Amino acid sequence: MMDVPAQVVYSRPESLTSTPTTYCPGCTHGIAHRLVAEVLDEMELRENTIGVAPVGCSVFAYNFFNCDFVEAAHGRAPAMATGIKRVLPDRVVFAYQGDGDLASIGMAEIMHASGRGENITVIFINNAIYGMTGGQMAPTTLPGQKTTSSPDGRDVEQAGYPLRMVEALATMQGTGYAVRRSLHDPKNIRLAKKALRMAFEVQTRGLGFAIVELLSSCPTNWGLTPKESLKFIEERMIPVFPLGDFKVHPALEGLRV
Amino acid sequence: MARELLEGNRAMAEAAVRAGVQAYFGYPITPQTELLEWMSKRMPELGRAFLQAESEVAAINMIYGAACTGVRVMSSSSSPGVSLMMEGISYIAGTELPVVLIDVMRGGPGLGNIAPSQGDYNQIVHGGGHGDYFPIVLAPSSVQEAIDFTVMAFDLAEKYRALTFVLADGNIGQMMEPAELPPMQPVDRPIPDWAVRGAKGRERRILSSIYIRPEDEEVTNLRLLERAGKIKENEVRYKEYFLDDAEIVVVGFGTAGRVAFSAVRAARAQGIRVGLLRPITLSPFPSEAVAELAAHAQAMLVVEMNSGQMLDDVLRPVAGQIPVEFYGRLGGVVPFQDEVLTEIERIAHHPPTIEFDPREKWIRRMKEILN
Repeated sequence: MMDVPAQVVYSRPESLTSTPTTYCPGCTHGIAHRLVAEVLDEMELRENTIGVAPVGCSVFAYNFFNCDFVEAAHGRAPAMATGIKRVLPDRVVFAYQGDGDLASIGMAEIMHASGRGENITVIFINNAIYGMTGGQMAPTTLPGQKTTSSPDGRDVEQAGYPLRMVEALATMQGTGYAVRRSLHDPKNIRLAKKALRMAFEVQTRGLGFAIVELLSSCPTNWGLTPKESLKFIEERMIPVFPLGDFKVHPALEGLRV
Repeated sequence: MARELLEGNRAMAEAAVRAGVQAYFGYPITPQTELLEWMSKRMPELGRAFLQAESEVAAINMIYGAACTGVRVMSSSSSPGVSLMMEGISYIAGTELPVVLIDVMRGGPGLGNIAPSQGDYNQIVHGGGHGDYFPIVLAPSSVQEAIDFTVMAFDLAEKYRALTFVLADGNIGQMMEPAELPPMQPVDRPIPDWAVRGAKGRERRILSSIYIRPEDEEVTNLRLLERAGKIKENEVRYKEYFLDDAEIVVVGFGTAGRVAFSAVRAARAQGIRVGLLRPITLSPFPSEAVAELAAHAQAMLVVEMNSGQMLDDVLRPVAGQIPVEFYGRLGGVVPFQDEVLTEIERIAHHPPTIEFDPREKWIRRMKEILN
């Protein structure tokens, strides 16, 4: 055995508190939180940032992020973020929202924040279900997917089709950045982090509204093991929600993060 | 400052500007739109935040966010729009943020109409949003009061970290009369130590209305209740007219109070010993003043532009000591001075008795009046 000097290669980002998260085992919220925190650390934004938590599983996000935080009403995080950003334009403001929050009850607020080119960053967690209330159908629930409020599977004739939010938001002139990533394996997690970094770069450069949609798992409400859940994302969700860059502001061209 | 001919909505907007409002978010709705329009010009030219929101729902949540930064913020709307704001209003109350809101009331329920009304009394004074909370509510009866109360609303909101309403009606918002604007206050006010502006060199701060443990929420509720008690101790405001020897006491707020004042003066000219109590704070309500008057007067008359929403707040402190009569016009109808005078004359010449429900008696009379 050789003596190797101890070297810290992995630790908790300063932008995360030491509070253990309240997320279920296998849920990818924790990964998303860590990625956001790493980006805030790397860009040295922690002390200049105000986060806006949603209603849903991440309602307690403010307990886990080590920066100033406010807690919005269901779906209203983009409006609340707008109010903060308009008073304090030199601060970094991000909203963290789930699919029910952003794509259902908060549809008006997210579309108009984007339309205004509101210079905020939105992290959109899409797990195709309402987690906090116990697994009801979300606007992003897949066709045929069983939930507690679509017990026979989502019938598109009756309940309509899943909403593709970043594609819709990419059509808005005020959007500077709209991409979809996934958290189902290490490679995609690394790509997700780069996208989050870009989304904060968009804000600090004043390039408009930025959103990163992250396909996420919900083993508890999907009725799958954590491992099966990651497979579900890859095999079932990605065909409906393709990964990719739907809008990237031309000023970001050549930016390597 | 000199007196100028000012319209209520624009005067309230300019009063807020001079009181140092740093952010205004709103949505057009008659009869308060001129307020939003004034802000759309004034706020940007002063380098302050203005935004026409996509809805009243968004407007109130923008206000919620802006208030978290610790600066003076305001929104305004009219009845249906205020209904839409109720969710955010409850969150703001639960987060204990100083916010000023102006409701220029119109006829309802539903889409109703755009004529002056006082139909939002219960919604604003007794809540409307979910949960236990107690806003401060100020009721102007002239353009001058609309200006003064807007400025006062910011001071009270800040002093108590409380939601403060200026509850006006379409008359106050739309009419023009001579009034004096206050001097311009500096905007670089001290930032409170709870404000969320980025955790530079300090511990992070969180502003939220969530208390997941019921025991914590109960403590919060008690704190709100205690604060309401303190506000009641210190801030009850009302105007008294001809009350020293009054046998009949008229009670009315805002435009109804102003119409009642003219009727009281006309009745005095006839030798009727009548006076007027005009509440300025509808919350906290001047219950003690009402109780005091009830101990000496022979009858009361409550005049409102609704179905008697304040009437219940008058009946409580009167506590059956003397008969209370009610006269209201509804749905956007403003009572004429003569109608109120007729009521005062009726009470003076045919003293009422306690045993009848004032609202039922009024409905019977209304049918006769309308037929």
